[in-house]
Amino acid sequence: MKRVTVKYFAMFREHAGVAEETLQLEADTAMDVFEQTRPRHGCREPLGHCKVAINDRMVDWSAQVAEGDTVLLFPPVAGG
Amino acid sequence: MFRIKSTGIDVEALRTSLGNPAAGALCTFEGLVRNENEGHDVLKLEYEAYEPLAVTEGEQVIAEARDKFGVLAAVCEHRTGLLEIGECAVWVGVIAPHRDEAFRACRYVIDEIKHRLPIWKKEYYANGDSGWVNCERCAEHGKHDHD
Repeated sequence: MKRVTVKYFAMFREHAGVAEETLQLEADTAMDVFEQTRPRHGCREPLGHCKVAINDRMVDWSAQVAEGDTVLLFPPVAGG
Repeated sequence: MFRIKSTGIDVEALRTSLGNPAAGALCTFEGLVRNENEGHDVLKLEYEAYEPLAVTEGEQVIAEARDKFGVLAAVCEHRTGLLEIGECAVWVGVIAPHRDEAFRACRYVIDEIKHRLPIWKKEYYANGDSGWVNCERCAEHGKHDHD
C-alpha cells in the first residue's frame, strides 16, 4: 500500500465532493490510481481524453507512483 | 508571456505591451463568451484552471510559436472565474515583421491553448442546468461535447 494524495479538478472535483484527499492505494502506476479512484471521480470512460500529472509534471498513464506522491486527475480540457 | 487572470483582461494594456518598432503586423484573437451552444441558451460560463501547469504549458506554447514562425513576440491571457455573455475569455496577440507569420502564429497559439492546457469550462443554461464542456463522454451528468 502507498499513501497517495489525489487531486480532482472540475467535473471530477464536483463528483468527489472534495478537491483532494490522501488515500492508501495498491497502485503502481498513474493508471492504477485513476482506476482505483473511479468511484470518487466518477469517470465512466476507460480514459477518454483525461490527462494525469504527478507532483505537478504531466506524465503518461504508465508513469510510476511512489509513496507520498501527489497525483492530479484532469478531466477533458476545454480552454478558449 | 502567458498568464491566467481571475479578473477582466485589459486588452489595451496587452496591445501596448507588444509595442515594437520592428513589428509590421500585430495579429490578435479574442475569444468571447457567446449565448448559445448546440441549441442550448447559455447564460454565463465558468472557467477553472490548474494554474501551475496551465502557466508552464502556456509558456511552452508561446515558445513554440516563436520558434516555428519566427515572430517577434507573442502573449496570451486566459480568464478564470465566472464570465458573462460578451466578456473576453482569452486574448492572444502576436507581433511579427510581416502579416503571414503573425496570422499563423496567432492561430497556432489559440489552437494549442484550447487543447493542451488544464483549463475547464462550465456552461450555465437558461433552463437551470449546467455542464462541463467536452466531458459528456466521461461524465455521469455531462450535457455537451464540443470543440
